[in-house]
Amino acid sequence: MDRLLNVVAGMSVLLIGLVFFAIRRAHIRVEYSVSWLSAALVMLVLSQWQWALRQVAEFLGVNNAPFALLLIILSLFLIVFFRFSVIISDLKDANIALTQKLAIIEYQLQHVQEKHAPSRDA
Amino acid sequence: MIKPQHANALMILIPAYNEGGAIRRVVTEVRTLLPQIPVLVIDDCSTDDTRTEALTAGAGVISVPYHLGLGGCVQAGYRYAYDAGFSYVIRIDGDGQHDPQFIPTLFRALRDSRVQMVIGSRYLNGKVPATSFARGVGIWFFRQVLRLILEKEVHDPTSGFVGVNRQALEVFARSFPLEYPEIEALVVLQRRQFRFEEVPVVMRPRMAGVSTITALKSFYYVLHVLLGVVVNILKYEGKRRKG
Repeated sequence: MDRLLNVVAGMSVLLIGLVFFAIRRAHIRVEYSVSWLSAALVMLVLSQWQWALRQVAEFLGVNNAPFALLLIILSLFLIVFFRFSVIISDLKDANIALTQKLAIIEYQLQHVQEKHAPSRDA
Repeated sequence: MIKPQHANALMILIPAYNEGGAIRRVVTEVRTLLPQIPVLVIDDCSTDDTRTEALTAGAGVISVPYHLGLGGCVQAGYRYAYDAGFSYVIRIDGDGQHDPQFIPTLFRALRDSRVQMVIGSRYLNGKVPATSFARGVGIWFFRQVLRLILEKEVHDPTSGFVGVNRQALEVFARSFPLEYPEIEALVVLQRRQFRFEEVPVVMRPRMAGVSTITALKSFYYVLHVLLGVVVNILKYEGKRRKG
């Protein structure tokens, strides 16, 4: 059991490190890193604070504490993935609206330019 | 630039993706038949000469910078028409399947019946057109689904030969299904208690190219549209998305 909890703790620390590295390199925006940091912190705390993990396991009605931890990890990641699906959907909607507006403005601009272009005879 | 020349002006909208083999003939046909009516082609980032061919034929062409799919492409046209002040838009396909001879029929129905949308239906003239088995099953299935939702028969729910008035344009410019939009668009209208009507048309074989719809795609189409219909019924309208 201890080995599994230590592996989870190690993975949590690795995830936190990766997220900070990505923020530093501007590969991820701070507002989108919060979900991952929160998930990693919950994993770290529960893997190292066995009393808290046992309380959670008891609350969930699970006899095996590491199994409860795995359930919690799975739930956390599902929530994070769902949050990012919402964000991606919003971005796609915005992207399409922008693309349509850009195409329309480009069309209008072409006509304005053609209208004001000097004639070839001049 | 395409602009309405008078009140109650009509615009013809042609979404096109890689229709270089047919688009010139389609636009020319429309312009010969209805020389006063502006034709706008939305080129969905084609990789062939669709844009050049449409321009040569005398259409206005809006080219989107990346492939949006049919719904996104049609919505761009609706947005333009609404902002420019057109009162009616009739959409036809760029592959030549929709005979422009029927545009005046659709327009009259749209103008005189005061419904928000008119659908050109190939199943109303007594002849059953040849269609693939998968498509036939899909059409039958969605007729049953739509009959429950709309409480009205839709004979040709997958027809893209469609006319809309300014009320529907306003709605579609803001919210339009992105993939396979025809069926979901009916549900969008139903939510606003808008009405539609079908008029009989004859559809032709496509002028060029081949249909990309396979059995697997048909299955995906049914699932996608069914989900889209359910989502549109459940959609919360309290917070409207910007755009």
